Amino acid sequence: MIEVDRIHVRFGEGPGAFIALNDVSVTIGESEFFTLLGPSGCGKTTLLRSIAGFIHPNEGAIRLAGQDILSLPPFKRPVNTVFQNYALFPHMTVAENVGFGLEMLGRPRAEVTRTVEEMLALVKMTAMANRRPSELSGGQQQRVALARALAPKPKVLLLDESLSALDLKLRKEMQIELKRLQSETGITFIFVTHDQEEALTMSDRIAVMSAGKIRQIGTPREIYDHPRERFVADFIGDTNFVQAKLFADGTVELPGGARIRASLPKDAVPANRAVTLVIRPEQTVLEQAPEQAQLSGVLENVVYCGTDTHYHLTLTDGARFVVRRQNNPARPVTFEKGQRLGIGFDPQAAQVLEG
Amino acid sequence: MAKPKTFDTRRQAGFTAIAAFCFIVLYLPIVLMVIFSFNSGLALTSWEGFSLSWYVTAWHNEVVQAATIRSVIIATVATVVSTLVAVLAALVMGRGKPFRGRSAMFALINQPLMVPEIVTAVSLLVVFAWVKTTTGYSGLGYLILAHSAFCIPFAFMPVRARLQGMDQTLEQAAADLYASSWQTFRRVTFPLLWPGVLAGAMLAFVTSLDDVVITEFVKSAGQDTLPTYMLGQMRRNLTPETNAIATVLLVFSVVLVVAFFFVSRENHAKAQL
Repeated sequence: MIEVDRIHVRFGEGPGAFIALNDVSVTIGESEFFTLLGPSGCGKTTLLRSIAGFIHPNEGAIRLAGQDILSLPPFKRPVNTVFQNYALFPHMTVAENVGFGLEMLGRPRAEVTRTVEEMLALVKMTAMANRRPSELSGGQQQRVALARALAPKPKVLLLDESLSALDLKLRKEMQIELKRLQSETGITFIFVTHDQEEALTMSDRIAVMSAGKIRQIGTPREIYDHPRERFVADFIGDTNFVQAKLFADGTVELPGGARIRASLPKDAVPANRAVTLVIRPEQTVLEQAPEQAQLSGVLENVVYCGTDTHYHLTLTDGARFVVRRQNNPARPVTFEKGQRLGIGFDPQAAQVLEG
Repeated sequence: MAKPKTFDTRRQAGFTAIAAFCFIVLYLPIVLMVIFSFNSGLALTSWEGFSLSWYVTAWHNEVVQAATIRSVIIATVATVVSTLVAVLAALVMGRGKPFRGRSAMFALINQPLMVPEIVTAVSLLVVFAWVKTTTGYSGLGYLILAHSAFCIPFAFMPVRARLQGMDQTLEQAAADLYASSWQTFRRVTFPLLWPGVLAGAMLAFVTSLDDVVITEFVKSAGQDTLPTYMLGQMRRNLTPETNAIATVLLVFSVVLVVAFFFVSRENHAKAQL
């Protein structure tokens, strides 16, 4: 559907130039909910704006359904954007805003009116058709911006941090709403966010970006369970990093001497080398007998968090480790601070990273 | 309860007195001028009774009529020309690609605000005198040209301020929604710029209508505008007729400002930027 082929974007000239995108390639499929995720300054918005046509990559190509769109100005690209600040036209009514794109495409008046009604119904804003944007709440403006971008039935809808201005409750609602709109319209959504939870709940696939590069592309489950590098593991969710050693037979030696068969990365990793294990806190349990567990550590701190409790431990090699346990008042447990405890986990839940 | 200790100019000693003094200096002469425009006698300073006779005199004075028409023609053409140039300049400076010498250009556009008016007047006199002798043309064109030029910064300032305060993503949104550059300008940029354009045009009009120095130097014989006519009256005998004309000009300006205030307030309510 949309193919980004080795694009480079530089801002400025010479040695002081800032490289916003460095050799980025990605292919996004039809009707896919695709998320660009990363911290601010990672290049995710630059990539989105390159697709929209507001930024011209220095190298590379962007193809939409096989056709190179880089030479087209923004108004000739069959993509529409939901801007971060919504960018609704303040001097037009809600209906005029939604109809703007169709009107510019020269569609007959009757069709414009009908589509505007459809779109307003889709985002549940029919009652507000004659209001001005300044008379709407943030969530309502968000809906109008969505309707306006969807009205011309674009091949691809670009969403630039579109939910970040909303408060938490409204954001959760809009996440579900967005997912519904995407499956009802069948339009490809490219969504930019720095919120990993938002990315995990809505996306079909996620591209994790940092420093102008795509670090990993995969389904939310792949990204979370099998991160390919430390940055991805660290950025998404809470993580324990454990220093270990990989042997030629594919086993890994943990601090304390236990050997396990952990999940190996797809690309082969040279054996007999130090590696890092990624172990998610919620996939581990505390055990009273440290001798029989794969890892052991001294309990330093207990943090109660409502739904669960976080146990902070220090491993034998001095590294920190967090175990998360769901609270269950029917089965209370007591671990003493300073106590030496075992840490148990399914070896497959531990992901091996190079280095 | 202790008073808040934040600094407040209004509580400084003598604030009220100074404020009152400023207002008196500013407005008392205007009030006196208006009052004496209704004086029935010839004197400017001794009240002899209420009368509208000076307004009637001014109204029927053919020289005043001609000067008024001339002033309005010059101001209208100068307003149209300078506002057009100002809008184009503001768009180039605010929306075009950055170019070498943009800040120098900005300074050049605002030159009439910095250079003493008398300098501009003398230089125009020299240039126009030369043009006049070579071409033989001595019509209103010189005045119109001069006014158009010095009105540009007055029209430019509000337009530029408005453009700078405008969210550029609105224009990007229009482009994203299939509007060509011209459609974007016509449907989004210009409607949002309109209050600034209107303010600029009004400012330009009033500035042109009010100008004495440049007009006095540039005008040919028999090309008096209202202000230069009034100045001329001073050399002969100043009568309350001058007061009457000044009062009418004052009322006209106040009406213009109030009208602009309401137009821009309505625009603001319609389109919160």
